Amino acid sequence: MSVANHSDLSTAVESRAIGVRTDHAAPTRLQNRRTTGRGILRRITNQVIFYSVLLGLWALLAKLRIWPPYLFPAPWAVASALWAGLQDHSFLIGIAVTMKRMLIGYSLSVVLGMILGLAVASNKFLEETLGALLVSLQSLPSICWVPLAILWFGLTEKAILFVLLMGCILSVTIAMEDGRKQMPKIYTMAGRNLGASGFRLFWYVMLPASLPYIVSGLKQGWAFGWRSLIQAEMIFLTIGLGQLLMMGRDLNDMSQVIAVMLMIIALGYLVNRLVFRTMERTLQSRWGLAPNA
Amino acid sequence: MIPNTKFVAAEPQFPTPCRKPVQSTSLCGKTVIVPIRQVECSTPKIQLQEVSLSYQTDTGSELLALDRIDLDVHPGEFLCIVGPSGCGKSTLLHLIAGLQKPTSGRIAMDGDSVTAPGTDRILIFQEHGLFPWLTVGQNVEFGMKMKGLSKAEREDRTRHYLRLVHLSQFKDSRPHQLSGGMRQRVALARALATEPDVLLMDEPFAALDAQTRDMLHDELEKIWAETGRTIIFVTHNVREAVRLGDRVVLMSFRPGQVKKEFVVDLPRPRHLEEVEVARTAREILDQLRDEINKSLEAEYAHERS
Repeated sequence: MSVANHSDLSTAVESRAIGVRTDHAAPTRLQNRRTTGRGILRRITNQVIFYSVLLGLWALLAKLRIWPPYLFPAPWAVASALWAGLQDHSFLIGIAVTMKRMLIGYSLSVVLGMILGLAVASNKFLEETLGALLVSLQSLPSICWVPLAILWFGLTEKAILFVLLMGCILSVTIAMEDGRKQMPKIYTMAGRNLGASGFRLFWYVMLPASLPYIVSGLKQGWAFGWRSLIQAEMIFLTIGLGQLLMMGRDLNDMSQVIAVMLMIIALGYLVNRLVFRTMERTLQSRWGLAPNA
Repeated sequence: MIPNTKFVAAEPQFPTPCRKPVQSTSLCGKTVIVPIRQVECSTPKIQLQEVSLSYQTDTGSELLALDRIDLDVHPGEFLCIVGPSGCGKSTLLHLIAGLQKPTSGRIAMDGDSVTAPGTDRILIFQEHGLFPWLTVGQNVEFGMKMKGLSKAEREDRTRHYLRLVHLSQFKDSRPHQLSGGMRQRVALARALATEPDVLLMDEPFAALDAQTRDMLHDELEKIWAETGRTIIFVTHNVREAVRLGDRVVLMSFRPGQVKKEFVVDLPRPRHLEEVEVARTAREILDQLRDEINKSLEAEYAHERS
């Protein structure tokens, strides 16, 4: 199994296309290996062992008191901090506010990114100018937009959304552009031949034909956006997961810091698992693509 | 030796193509006026007049792909086009389908110029022409949906044409779940469902195994007889062309030109293994060989340079 499979939030640019067309035997064979009862059982056993050892080591190191507990808290201290945070709703409010920002910013990025990607893919001039610029912009970490956002929007909600947007939109745009360019031309030909043209050719043929690229773009966009948002929240100090992290630092409460980090990991993993994995799986089984080539 | 051209009455269940008496080369090499199943002919279904196509290669030079092609295809005719790879026979189909525009010349259907794709001419590709995001049934429905047919009528016709290609029980399957032969039958059903006058087939059976291909030949011939469509069938397999065609057009290698036409008047249904089919194919193949050699030479020359 490939590396990209495990590092689910991997932002590796090359892991964009989620699969290639193969012969008919290959997907079934791979799926069999993946879904047999014994395979799943073995994987779960391995994971349980791995995390138990990890937790055990952590507990041991904490027990040995090599470092003071306020720098290196024990697992149970983190667990109780997590519990306390959930009990007094501060964590839940943090999660809700962060997720709300994420949903707004992400939706905006997806819509704008798709429009931008389509424009770039369908216009030679834009492709050679704007397209090249977008690719080079992607090498800029989204945190670099923070100073600019502060000067433009002040310490406001808008500024956070702006940073998130800049972190997210390029992945969607580039994936959309790739999808339009790399989808097999035969689908467009067949579509035109069967009487589709203009908007209907786009809606019924080009869009679904580039879906594998779009889905990877959406996934990558989410991962980038999620990072940007947490980073932005840490600096802007409004309610949210990033702020809870910083608060833990300010209070010298390492248990809270680690508890919040765990929540950020868990949320990212859950969204990826529930939303994007499902999308990819559906696509793979419908199109007969090999799982994660 | 090949016997003189015979004109055997077609089996009654097969349509009688409407053809003008055309000047053609008989199989024994003499040029004769061929009187074909005397039907007074109206306009040809598809007419190509001096159709040429040239395009820019990657190196920037101009390449003449098709050179002044004149071709009449008659209503209900099964026309096969053979030629070496690179002779532009697929391109010719794209031109007739309206997916590409000729550099010069005129393509007409029923006397009207072809300027854009239309559902009266449906192209069937060699492979991968089906949409993987749709089910088999939705694929068949696609052209009808674009035409704006009602849901009830679409479902009716989908059922009908899937039955025609014996795939009724696969209506809800996905294309990738079918074998290559089944997929081509779906493509055929999808094309027929828009009820086109002309079917354009671009080496549709080239990627299939021999048994599947034989079976599809029979099915295609039967469907052609039942529906009376005009078919233009491109292939590099001369035997296949003789097996299926009323007429076989031989194209030359770059620039693509109509080199010769052969009328195949063997009784139907024919079989690939029949002696007569093989003999006729051999006759055409002798002419084709020069062109294949030219095509190979061009390839090697390219490699050497």
